[in-house]
Amino acid sequence: MIDACDSCLRRAFLVARLAPRIAGLLQRPRPRPQSLLALSEEQLIAAVVGVPDPGIQDWLESFDAEGARARLRAAESWAICAHASRYPAGLSQLTDPPAVLFGKGRFECLEQLGREPAVTLVGTRRPSAYGSEVAYALGRGLGAAGLMVVSGLALGIDGLTHQGCVEAGGTPVAVLAGGPDRPYPHRHRWLYELVRSRGAILSELPPGRRAFRWSFPARNRIMAGLAEMTIVVEAAEPSGSLITAEFARDLGRIVGAVPGRVTTRVAAGSNRLLQDGAAVVTGAEDVLDQLYGVGCRPLPSPDEPQGDRLRTVLMAVEECSDPAQIAGRAGLDAAEARAALGRLESEGWIARDSLGGYERRAR
Amino acid sequence: MPGVLASVATFTIEGVDSREVAVEVDVRRGLPAFTLVGLPDRAIREARERVRAALLNSGLDFPMQRLTVNLAPAHVRKAGPGFDLAIAVGVLAATGQVPREPLASCALYGELSLAGALRPGRGALAVALGAREAGYPRLAVPPADAGEAALVEEVEVLPIEDLRGMAQLLRGDRAPPRASPRRPRSPGAAARLDLADVRGQEDAKRALEIAAAGGHNMLMVGPPGAGKTMLARRLPGILPPPSFEEALEITRIRGVAGLGGGGLVAERPFRAPHHTTSPQGLTGGSSTPRPGEVTLAHRGVLFLDELAEFARPALDALRQPLEEGSVHITRGQRSIEFPARAMVVAATNPCPCGRPADRCTCEALLLARYARRLSGPLLDRIDLVCRLGPVAPLELVRDAHAAGSSRRVRDRVIAARGRQRERLAGTGALCNGDMDGRLTRRAVPVDAALRSRLSSLPEPALLSGRGHDRVLRVARTIADLDGHARIAERDLDEALAYRVGGMAVAA
Repeated sequence: MIDACDSCLRRAFLVARLAPRIAGLLQRPRPRPQSLLALSEEQLIAAVVGVPDPGIQDWLESFDAEGARARLRAAESWAICAHASRYPAGLSQLTDPPAVLFGKGRFECLEQLGREPAVTLVGTRRPSAYGSEVAYALGRGLGAAGLMVVSGLALGIDGLTHQGCVEAGGTPVAVLAGGPDRPYPHRHRWLYELVRSRGAILSELPPGRRAFRWSFPARNRIMAGLAEMTIVVEAAEPSGSLITAEFARDLGRIVGAVPGRVTTRVAAGSNRLLQDGAAVVTGAEDVLDQLYGVGCRPLPSPDEPQGDRLRTVLMAVEECSDPAQIAGRAGLDAAEARAALGRLESEGWIARDSLGGYERRAR
Repeated sequence: MPGVLASVATFTIEGVDSREVAVEVDVRRGLPAFTLVGLPDRAIREARERVRAALLNSGLDFPMQRLTVNLAPAHVRKAGPGFDLAIAVGVLAATGQVPREPLASCALYGELSLAGALRPGRGALAVALGAREAGYPRLAVPPADAGEAALVEEVEVLPIEDLRGMAQLLRGDRAPPRASPRRPRSPGAAARLDLADVRGQEDAKRALEIAAAGGHNMLMVGPPGAGKTMLARRLPGILPPPSFEEALEITRIRGVAGLGGGGLVAERPFRAPHHTTSPQGLTGGSSTPRPGEVTLAHRGVLFLDELAEFARPALDALRQPLEEGSVHITRGQRSIEFPARAMVVAATNPCPCGRPADRCTCEALLLARYARRLSGPLLDRIDLVCRLGPVAPLELVRDAHAAGSSRRVRDRVIAARGRQRERLAGTGALCNGDMDGRLTRRAVPVDAALRSRLSSLPEPALLSGRGHDRVLRVARTIADLDGHARIAERDLDEALAYRVGGMAVAA
């Protein structure tokens, strides 16, 4: 599916062509390409290349839009330009919206973006166990509630959010800093495949382009633009997640943060957001309240397993994770508790981590 | 000119077996010299000094002649110092101080002190078994080793105090003493450790009981102080006592390693090598191969505490022995096999910081890395995983008798093992843990109800072929404990809850 006009395609490929030079141009650290990407084609070339460059000018004049479309089709990628009706409305409010959004995965997700509000969840690449749990649970809860969950596929919070969303059968959307066919980070290739098959992978850069340092904050503005609400789970100060939150605030979207431990550095940024007036997010319910008004859209109530014993054990699992403690709470002997745990797990009510602790799963 | 020749039989230890060696002594006129040939090691070469002093101090003659000792077969490398007695008696026989005829039916084994007394050595049982194999009706050994060697009933074991006594015996001046096998009278240390000493942790005790009943390898995950080591130490006490044949194997290995107590070892070994142990330390090795920890744990328990801290090569080295039940070591032209049929109990902290789950401050990335270190080669061999939490204070003060004491658990384990032996008769396996994939599918029929349960498992619980077999093995053991002829659905549920793996919620 390619719904992009010639001029937008040319603009997008020009940015991709200039990408390495933008990288060389921007001073480090923490480049903000915002103003650069808002420039017109001529101004952009002048700003990035400096002296007039006949090579770039020739390329611009002889740009082959049909050829570009053919290459996109060959890469099994779809593309949608700012003039198309299905272009996410939220992005148009940016001062420098991407001319073309390239993507892989399910194209229907874009249409869904127009109907349902999306939520962006971001955070540190190195979360605490608490942060990991909250990110996973939020992804799961929002996915189960039918919201699209946008994140960046990074290690840590981003990846856990996607995992939770996939787990709950929701629709994950990952916005990448490189081309949509480039799983980044490499270690999340498996998650990339999951997100691609259940949801969508989006990027401002066309397929085949690698990520640049500047394209990460650039990607953050897209994540902020796509969603009604941006939530920071755990973020140090300064961090890319805070940049995303800032973009969201500039766009007038809701910014939320999960209260973190005051003693951990990885939560300093997100706690600062709360001080500055961000919405407190303690669970998926809070997000639904913010988006639809308090109590307007409750979380779907989970059904329950058959049998009193299984229900008792399931309640115990919500309170503790050690099998021995679970047995104690449920008032069963060890063998009976284990049998119930095995049954609950095989029916998909609970999951076990690699070291034998149990936790409840969203169904 | 022909010299005077004598030949005496003795044994060298090779792995956990012994090999017959003929000590040939040739005495002829010439400049006094004492030459030893036939690939002796240092300890044997030094035997010359001990033999000379021992003979002279015992009031016997040492010939001022040219003396050549050959250890046959010449191509086998021999390890001492058990050759002293044979060499000394060979010298006596070659110089006519004792008759040669009795030596044809009597093998000798022992180390000499300078005064002529016999010192205890290692591997007496292996030597006695070798003597039986080679057809020697009598075997002379130091008195301290006689109780162990006499466990081999077909060989008459003569406890010999010193060289003088040996000479008198050979001359027929004294009636040969006969050693009787030494069996332990009181139960060993393992039997005194009771499961009731461990408060709480009923879940882990149940897992331990299943592991013992089926001979399954298990992994315990829990914070320090939860009682992992205490529980593991009590495992030998709930295993069925070793049969006489098994006890002989255990005794033989301990004897060869120099850990023997001079009699039958009638309890299962418990070995807990430190996590810095080298691959050779675990599997055995060095130039004259000695048994490693996995062999010392044969028919018993190999406890790997702090599993994540073990070096990867060490754990890799353990994999093959655990799969095959034996270790093969090839050194030079020889290949030696050590038995290694041990139950593995591994223990680990749930995370690097070692604090209980609700107070853990480890980063997810670190946790993932830690979990990955564990999910290495050894986890493939683990049938059961159990997690130990911190013990609640309430459980610490609860009446100890509420818990199953070791004896009661052991009775249940023995009953379950009996059912397994009956079912597995003629297959080579003794318990469910010994079954390989093919045998599992043959010996554990899966009826329609179980099959539909297994095939309806959701994605994360989806079992690989090997995992499938492991769950069935454990389910079969649980059914054996409960006395069920067929695996009930409840048994399968419980087995599923103890299985390895599951979804790792980590980045």
